[in-house]
Amino acid sequence: MYPSDAKYTKDHEWIRISGSEATVGITDYAQKQLGDVVYVDLPEVGKSFVQGEVFGTIESVKAVSELFCPMAGAVVAVNTDLGQHPEQVNSDPHGSWMIKLRVSNPAEAATLLDSAQYSDLVK
Amino acid sequence: MTDTPAAPKKTPLHARHLAHGARMVSFAGWDMPVEYTGIADEHQAVRTRAGLFDVSHMGEIEIAGQDALAAVQRVSCNDASRLKVGQIHYSGLTTRAGTFVDDLLVYKMADDHFLMVVNASNATKDFAWIKDQIRDVGDAVAVDTSQRYALIALQGPVSLSVLQPLTGIDLSSMKYYWFAPGEVAGVRVTVSRTGYTGEDGFEVFVPPASAERVWNDILEAGSGAGVVPAGLGARDTLRLEAAMRLYGNDIDDTTTVLEADLGWIIGWNKADFLGADVLRRQKAEGIGRKLVGFEMTERGIARHGYDVYVDGRKAGVVTSGTQTPFLKKAIGMAYVPTEAAVLGKELEVDVRGRRLRAVVVPLPFYKRPRS
Repeated sequence: MYPSDAKYTKDHEWIRISGSEATVGITDYAQKQLGDVVYVDLPEVGKSFVQGEVFGTIESVKAVSELFCPMAGAVVAVNTDLGQHPEQVNSDPHGSWMIKLRVSNPAEAATLLDSAQYSDLVK
Repeated sequence: MTDTPAAPKKTPLHARHLAHGARMVSFAGWDMPVEYTGIADEHQAVRTRAGLFDVSHMGEIEIAGQDALAAVQRVSCNDASRLKVGQIHYSGLTTRAGTFVDDLLVYKMADDHFLMVVNASNATKDFAWIKDQIRDVGDAVAVDTSQRYALIALQGPVSLSVLQPLTGIDLSSMKYYWFAPGEVAGVRVTVSRTGYTGEDGFEVFVPPASAERVWNDILEAGSGAGVVPAGLGARDTLRLEAAMRLYGNDIDDTTTVLEADLGWIIGWNKADFLGADVLRRQKAEGIGRKLVGFEMTERGIARHGYDVYVDGRKAGVVTSGTQTPFLKKAIGMAYVPTEAAVLGKELEVDVRGRRLRAVVVPLPFYKRPRS
């Protein structure tokens, strides 16, 4: 159920790496835990983050959660659609990307979970 | 001695919640359903059709005896002498400082018998408080009867048409905040026209052993009309839209009844009650702060505990706040200095380090259309 072409964090983000670029979102498990997402606060293009740094927040009706950057990099694109339609995170978590990064340290990929390991984590 | 927390209590409907696939959370010592299909879905269902809530965790305390009225009059700030048998009012259990031990509904069962419905989180404290305060009242005894009742709330515009076929009680002639004994689904119950959602609806007091039967029959009777089980998550967003106070958030033992803008539940003509002196003085001299409703005018969601700024100065705190599923706005309530408690006043809320603009708006945020 967790796409095998992506990597995962213990904080329930997914990251799909393609060359030096990577796309980031949150997992189906994360959206289920959050419940109805009503607000996604994302960074501006150009901002840089280190691995594990908070890059934004996501709010459901009940709670606020932080979004952690799976790998170091600079933001090259932001999914502004989520501002108007945050509920897409619930309906299509693995299709609703949040940011695209230019990855600055590809070696960090080795620290992430693959889909089988992540499935085990959230079992 | 190890300090293991007690296992959470289960309502008589616990197995039903698991069967419905609810997400369960620990709330006030109870294992309760927070949502079944989602807070927004359930909230919408209650506003447009109806939702069925298990609120069996609520506490019941009964006061009986020749002097029951005097006992109720002492501990509860509203004027119970104005209740007729079969009638209910909202009130506060007040401290000597005019603040809240709890908020509650008072049911007049008979001239010498009252039933109070109190918050689950406060039930034990309330019972001890009441017993202590009415000790010298005369012939009045307080009994914690929480275990005798499961409480099921059907809330939403179709409630009456769904529940009526299951009962001999003439529900359409039952006024808001009245109740009657009778049968629902063949079970002896008490039905009141009350709720915590801002919608029309009924609350049914059921013997625990028959709770599943009543629950199942109401859901089945309502399936064609779109009645769904609804959890504590939707209950919270619904009550906030209706501006109903939540103990522990909007009111507690540091906030007076007047500060909470609930002056209408104070029986000013009563001889005496706990906290009357303070509340009379506050009424005469004015209060320093007041609970208001606000709406965010910048994108962001205010939450419980966030600081409120008035004219650039930190001046209050958000007591409840969320993005509401029905109105689709970020709303909340906050205590602000009385001079700022005016409609249209601009506030700022510190949303995790960012001060975002908000404006004071009238309460309630949502008022049901009257048919």
